[in-house]
Amino acid sequence: MRTPRGEYFLQGNEACVEGAMSSGVRFFAGYPITPSTEIAEGLAQRLKGTNGVFLQMEDEIACISAIIGASWGGTKSMTATSGPGFSLMQEAIGYAAMSETPIVIVNVMRGGPSTGQPTRASQGDVMQTKYGSHGDYQVIAFAPASVQEMFDLTIESFNYAEKYRVPAFLLSDAEVGHMRGLLSVPEQLKIVDRKEKGLKRADEAYDVPDDLVHPFPTFGKGHKAMVTGMTHAEDSRIEPEDVKTHQELVKRLSEKILKNRKDINKWELVSPGSKTMIISYGSAALGPKEVAAKDERVGLLRLKSLWPLPEEPIYEVANQCERILVCEMNLGMMYWPIKRVALEAGCKKVELLSKIGGEPPTPSDVRHKLRGMGAI
Amino acid sequence: MEIFDFYRKDRWPHVFCPGCGNGTVMNCFYRAFSELDLPLERTAFVGGIGCSSRIPLYISSDALHTTHGRAIAFATGLRLSKPDLKVVVFTGDGDLGAIGGNHFINGCRRNVDMTVICINNNIYGMTGGQASITTPHDFLSTTTPFGNKEYPFDLAELAVAAGANYVARWTTRHVHELTKSIKTALQKKGFAFVEVISQCPTNFGRRNKMADPTQMLEWFKESSVRRDKVRTAAVDHFDLNMAGQITIGEFVDRNRECYEELIGVEKHG
Repeated sequence: MRTPRGEYFLQGNEACVEGAMSSGVRFFAGYPITPSTEIAEGLAQRLKGTNGVFLQMEDEIACISAIIGASWGGTKSMTATSGPGFSLMQEAIGYAAMSETPIVIVNVMRGGPSTGQPTRASQGDVMQTKYGSHGDYQVIAFAPASVQEMFDLTIESFNYAEKYRVPAFLLSDAEVGHMRGLLSVPEQLKIVDRKEKGLKRADEAYDVPDDLVHPFPTFGKGHKAMVTGMTHAEDSRIEPEDVKTHQELVKRLSEKILKNRKDINKWELVSPGSKTMIISYGSAALGPKEVAAKDERVGLLRLKSLWPLPEEPIYEVANQCERILVCEMNLGMMYWPIKRVALEAGCKKVELLSKIGGEPPTPSDVRHKLRGMGAI
Repeated sequence: MEIFDFYRKDRWPHVFCPGCGNGTVMNCFYRAFSELDLPLERTAFVGGIGCSSRIPLYISSDALHTTHGRAIAFATGLRLSKPDLKVVVFTGDGDLGAIGGNHFINGCRRNVDMTVICINNNIYGMTGGQASITTPHDFLSTTTPFGNKEYPFDLAELAVAAGANYVARWTTRHVHELTKSIKTALQKKGFAFVEVISQCPTNFGRRNKMADPTQMLEWFKESSVRRDKVRTAAVDHFDLNMAGQITIGEFVDRNRECYEELIGVEKHG
């Protein structure tokens, strides 16, 4: 049951619940963990009385396994967790990538490593999202910075997971998950459903070529689907010893995402063309946004999607500015891939403002750093 | 249904060694399934990782070959999202009882409608014969070259205690009883668990003076005792070894409401 059109005053995690309901989520499996628990609690309420299922499992591995199973039953499926639970989910994230199962994983990031800071925000899981499971694979990840984006980007996570048959991530954090703010829900929402084998619907998922994303053989429809995490050929035959089969499969899994980077990536630009550009995302971008709004010498590229890396907007910004400040709540994770693109674009001065401990960088933190760089 | 319509002929030859018990269990399953005249296209087969977990890939229906130990968790999601599908899980002792132990006991407790068949060969066969959680005490394996100092899990008793609706244990020597139990399990509403003690002559028998599969079947025959006629006190049931016994039979047959009924998901269709 989707969220009716209107204005709401909600918590970030509650907006995520509404985004999921509006996307047509029909299966949620979760395990209690701070600071994501409100999402499970919200969906336990919201899925009741619909034809959806809420399930509390014995651990996070079971949660992600259950939602993958549910996805093969043909339903939009999701789980929500935080750092330690996210670590447990890594094995099945690789499975979902390999078996091309559309699922959505919400990670309300908290301070790590290990149990770390359960109630405090962090952006320490951005690399784990892309590199946490073994082997080569690509995923799609979004980074919301407001209550509104918790709603909007949850819907995008579902849409892109369905369109490209891939695990999609909403990389929120304790700050965005627990902030309260306005949510405006429009009458019309763009919802994408996976392309099903043997069907042709008016849905943009069907525009993706079949050789890049195979049609989805939903269970119980006579397709004799064979789903496996082992290296498999086009006809699902297990071929773990075959060099060519492995090369073709794993390269396609990466290419279907990387070739569609322009379709997937989303960002916000404030004062483009400024001599100093800040590149940031999620709640770390809130301080920089305030600085960029008030100081004309400073602009901001706020990444709304992190994976695949939005190389084009980073390149364009780096090509036009003198210096870049990457601002994030870890000791420098997205800094390195951003710096790589910036160097390619000819911008040699790329610095890092990193703040860990649970508080997002304030505008004065940002200004202090910019002064040190000679930018203001 | 003809046996060659039941299997995916194009996936043969299979990976099982000569003398493996998996073929016997597959045959018993096929017999039970076809005698009940169940629709194959409305049945999904789920497996984890290991020799027995490969069985779903040889059956001519939807197959979900998952990660190690998680088959029951995947099957739970699949079954609840598509309650008109019958879900059958094939698993082994390592997959179900070691890495998947938590999902196993919670699956029994949650009582989602599925049939779980565990082929227990007391060893990690696919990786070359390491001790598993059901390797009998003092037996040899590549990781217990001086004899297994641990004691084995009793998977069937575990399932009883955890709340499964139907629990039975047989060996590959008891094909008629096994077929009958699989039939009961397939018809049972709720979590039905059938454990089959099976031979792995390649990696278990060979290291334990039973390289010939028939020797292992003889061992099963001699050590098997019906659960109602066990020789030792109940507390010693877990001691599955040559000196002791293999407890066989139907352990429990009850009708706790299954999870689908409790949450009303069956109406979704």
